[in-house]
Amino acid sequence: MLEKALVGGRGYWRWILALGVVIALGLVSYLRQFAFGLGITGLSRDVTWGLYIAQFTFLVGVAASAVMVVLPYYLHNFKMFGKLTILGEFLAISAVTMCMLFIFVDMGQPTRVLNVMLYPTPHSLMFWDMVSLSGYLVLNVVISHVTLAAERNSVPPPRWIKPVIILSIPWAVSIHTVTAFLYSGLAARPFWMTAILAPRFLASAFSAGPALLILFCLVLRRVTRFDAGREPIQRLAIIVTYAMLINVFFVLMELFTALYSNIPEDVEHFTFLFVGLEGNTTLVPWMWASAVLSVVALVLLVNPRTRHDERTLAAACVAVFLGLWIEKGLGLIIAGFEPSPLGAVTAYTPTVPEISITLGIYAFGLLLITLLYKIALSVRGETAA
Amino acid sequence: MGQDRRGFLKLAGLAAVCATARESLTRLAGAAGTEPRPSAKAPKVRWAMVVDPRRCLEQQNCTACIDACDHAHNVPAFTNPRHEVKWIWKTRFDEAFPDQDSRYIDPALTSEAVLALCNHCDNPPCVRVCPTQATWKRDDGIVAMDWHRCIGCRYCMAACPYGSRSFNWEDPRPHIAHENPDFPTRTKGVVEKCTFCDERIDRGELPACVVACKEKALVFGDLNDPDSEVRRLLRTRFALRRRAGLGTQPEVFYLV
Repeated sequence: MLEKALVGGRGYWRWILALGVVIALGLVSYLRQFAFGLGITGLSRDVTWGLYIAQFTFLVGVAASAVMVVLPYYLHNFKMFGKLTILGEFLAISAVTMCMLFIFVDMGQPTRVLNVMLYPTPHSLMFWDMVSLSGYLVLNVVISHVTLAAERNSVPPPRWIKPVIILSIPWAVSIHTVTAFLYSGLAARPFWMTAILAPRFLASAFSAGPALLILFCLVLRRVTRFDAGREPIQRLAIIVTYAMLINVFFVLMELFTALYSNIPEDVEHFTFLFVGLEGNTTLVPWMWASAVLSVVALVLLVNPRTRHDERTLAAACVAVFLGLWIEKGLGLIIAGFEPSPLGAVTAYTPTVPEISITLGIYAFGLLLITLLYKIALSVRGETAA
Repeated sequence: MGQDRRGFLKLAGLAAVCATARESLTRLAGAAGTEPRPSAKAPKVRWAMVVDPRRCLEQQNCTACIDACDHAHNVPAFTNPRHEVKWIWKTRFDEAFPDQDSRYIDPALTSEAVLALCNHCDNPPCVRVCPTQATWKRDDGIVAMDWHRCIGCRYCMAACPYGSRSFNWEDPRPHIAHENPDFPTRTKGVVEKCTFCDERIDRGELPACVVACKEKALVFGDLNDPDSEVRRLLRTRFALRRRAGLGTQPEVFYLV
């Protein structure tokens, strides 16, 4: 099946080449980081996690969101999503792979990373995160491989795959819950120590992920013969709308609890994000941009006229994705460290090598998804000439 | 033939997964029972430290304890404060005790520096989160570190409410002024912190900082011994613990 990714037109190869260049640049930067140490990044004694861990957190959500097409199709027999499930599963595979790469590049001693398996430690949430992420990757590889192979041979998928698919549904919820537990169990970090963190993660995942899937469908319609169809995209849009509403609601609940109770150590993190703390305003423009994007997205999504029009829907999906990327892929992790438990605010700006490594991993994820989608569509005979 | 190759690859992949999983599972299963536990009858030692900030302030610019520690443990001296490695250091009172509202105290007292180090918590959050048991609590209460096992994920630094842990953002060795050959140096990419001089305690000596302090501002001893100096001080003087409300049970006490 893999050979199908090796046949393509000019545009296909240009796109692969462009991704390859970004990956190569990221790899060169990573080799520099490997030689020098993590001091090459903007991280510091007080801000010990930054861009890498934030991208990991955001992408776990994208990975988990595959469940939003798998669940209606397999549990509710919602036939409309039949064409989309494989796209969702492939998106999950590529997102989980990126998650693992982001964890890997964040390690101070990457060559020792298998110590997590060699000395399994059930009281560490990081151990469980490794278990749930790798399990989710295996599940999605097996499911997509078996269902696609059956489709190619024009036979129904084997019966044993159904329980595996059902298992992947709660598993998807678990990967994001365990990831939230990484943060929400730390007494030292009041910004993360909130019981609503896992539900918030799920809500943002179930809006950002399907929004990305809608955008992929619209792109695929232009560059290939694959058409997801108008109605499935509209149904996905409704999922995005509800999930985004719930996410914004959850964020407002966080704001109320922190600001009304007025406990300084709870308020300060939000002060840092939205007005700046001790003269440090690095994230303020980003967070307001995120707020504006979220409001714009909601207006476009809730209004049936703009939701039904695929051009405005695409704009709304871009706004959802960018808004949530800022919220989770920048704000959430960095603000946990600002101020530090001892009250210090230390500037954190990602460095050029750090950004280059990050872009390299994203390019790798895009490459993976391009190849996987190419295979899936070739099997169905829906690729562009 | 293609079918055979695919079959082989599947089998090889499955075998690799099983091999790694098996190792993990056997360790996980054996983790509870294999370590010999010391008998409950043996009197347990519980090391703790009492800091007397007033005595410390008698020599305002003294750094004897810090210098002794840095030399004994090959602590690198990074000039960049973002990459600093600190085992025992001076910090402002209001930073060490952020939950103590001290607005009407003589500012001379709160703006002065107070010594900070790892609290060797009885309930250490860093140990709870470490995914490789590279940091663990010894039976005598010392929170120890294995710098050869640490993968540098820095989860412990996120979990520590005291900023007591430092990461080697680059190779520390060129930044060690006078290397002490009796103690290991660290590599880049691992976390380190005060170990209560476990290497000295195991030889029956006091921690280097305690020995170096001429003012006797640092007192080290066994909390489980009612006649120890630390217990005597804590019986007669009121003492603070840093961020006691978090339930970490710090074992470094500050006399008021």
